Amino acid sequence: MSRVKRQIAPYLLVLPGSVWLLIFFAVPMIAMLSLSLQEGDIVHGYRFTGHWQNYTEAISSYQTQIFRSLLYGAITTIVLIVLAFPVAYWIAFSGGRRKSTYLFLVLLPFFVSFVLRTISWRQILTDEGPLLHPLREAGLISASFHILGTPFAVIAGLAYNFLPFMVLPIYVALERIDPRVVEAARDLYANPAVTFRRVIFPLALPGVFAGVLMTFVPASSDFVNSEVLGSSETTMIGQVIQAQFLDNSDYPTASALSFVLMLVLLIGVFSYARILGTEDVMKVAAR
Amino acid sequence: MTTTLQRPQQVDAEDAARIKPRRRLTGGGMLHAYTWLIIGWLVVPIAVMIAFGFNDTPGRYNQSWEGFTFKWYGRLFEYPDLTSALLTSILIAIIASLVSGALGTGIGYALGRYRFAGSGSLNLVMFATMSSPELIMGASLLSLFVSAGTGLGPVTITIAHIMFSISFVAVVVRARVITLDRSIEEAAADLGANPWTTFWKVTFPIILPAVFSGVLLAFALSIDDFIVTAFTAGTTKTFPIWIWGATRVGIPPQVNVMGTLIFAIGVLGALIANIRSRQTKRAG
Repeated sequence: MSRVKRQIAPYLLVLPGSVWLLIFFAVPMIAMLSLSLQEGDIVHGYRFTGHWQNYTEAISSYQTQIFRSLLYGAITTIVLIVLAFPVAYWIAFSGGRRKSTYLFLVLLPFFVSFVLRTISWRQILTDEGPLLHPLREAGLISASFHILGTPFAVIAGLAYNFLPFMVLPIYVALERIDPRVVEAARDLYANPAVTFRRVIFPLALPGVFAGVLMTFVPASSDFVNSEVLGSSETTMIGQVIQAQFLDNSDYPTASALSFVLMLVLLIGVFSYARILGTEDVMKVAAR
Repeated sequence: MTTTLQRPQQVDAEDAARIKPRRRLTGGGMLHAYTWLIIGWLVVPIAVMIAFGFNDTPGRYNQSWEGFTFKWYGRLFEYPDLTSALLTSILIAIIASLVSGALGTGIGYALGRYRFAGSGSLNLVMFATMSSPELIMGASLLSLFVSAGTGLGPVTITIAHIMFSISFVAVVVRARVITLDRSIEEAAADLGANPWTTFWKVTFPIILPAVFSGVLLAFALSIDDFIVTAFTAGTTKTFPIWIWGATRVGIPPQVNVMGTLIFAIGVLGALIANIRSRQTKRAG
């Protein structure tokens, strides 16, 4: 009796949560797939007709935005690796007793709503704001110089919002490095640069990989930064999907676009995983 | 979040001493300054948000600095629809964090304690929910609700928030259950406690701090969420949705004050949780 109980115990424990995830994570994906193959409009209703032309139409109408989103996402990710690695490195190796304090400071933006943070940046970067107004008064920049509305503003906003997601995994990977390994490299007459390139960086790669995953995916599907900090020249695919779903109620096109975005991201992530070596990826996923 | 914050304390003085000499070689001073520069960058918009909550601006248009005032703290609830949006957010966050706390704890405990068929695919689904773009989760949930013909509102928002919080709670709880010393439970059983009593009198109190951090994390995820909420809200306004809608007509200083208060409460809560976990670690 008690053995049977022990065998069914884990299933009883995971049942409610798993059912919830099944109904509200897995089933919606199927609903979206079905919707993306339907025809009709909001007034007359939709009918499933296997209308795969939704996909070709969506891709041909919005290829610029899809490409731009992937480009912005890629630039943001590369910028973040460069920006975040030294921070993670310093906290991991020289943070000493203050490590948790520094990590806490890096996480501070998460205590403010995503939307509010981004709007705060708009307040700072606007033409009459505390940054550009004094510079223009002093004659250091011309009257036609703007930051808002440019790709720079959008990418800077994305980098700002996702920086902690790059610092944390790299920090965790660096923090796990056994100091004796680094010591051994020194004992074998490796100079600091060689030690970094041949010992520390390879050991940090799983963290960099996790960081790339955690920043590239949300950055290239973001619609807040471009909407708040950008212009019609910086429209990203997330904005298109959001507008098609919520403003135009063109559900089939919007679902098709969502699926295209998801597929592109999945293909990107998997080919990246192949290049890096699947073993490292499995290690990251297993964590 | 708590787990990453706790890790550093495990580095003992010996390790620190061993790492120290290399710091001189790599120009630690420059890296130190650089780290503070990045932290400064991270703090700038928060400081601006807090500062403009004290701005003596004449009306709703809160863009340039007009002088210092406390008046917005006194007139915090001047916009009834903003107040109700904030209350809606808090109510949804409470329900979502409690429900996902219960469901996530079940999964986390089972994954940490038992080996069972299907645990691999459960892990995979959890990984998928945590790494999927919010846009796709929001869009697919909207597709489901549209296809099923249900209306959108506070209920659908709460359902969505529970969905994306479960995995985070489960991961936090699982981490604690894995490190659990099972001899304590065996001792309880030896002293005649049945499994039910053992769980509630011994196991649950030990994992309670992890459950608590999971619930807090879920609360934080829910109250700040914008993207999934935008898709599942319909005409319902939560705090972030209200702000989003107000960007074109001007964001009143009350929003900055509310943002400041949420920030202050969050930071205080995290600090207290951190200090308490340090105390229990010292006691244990």
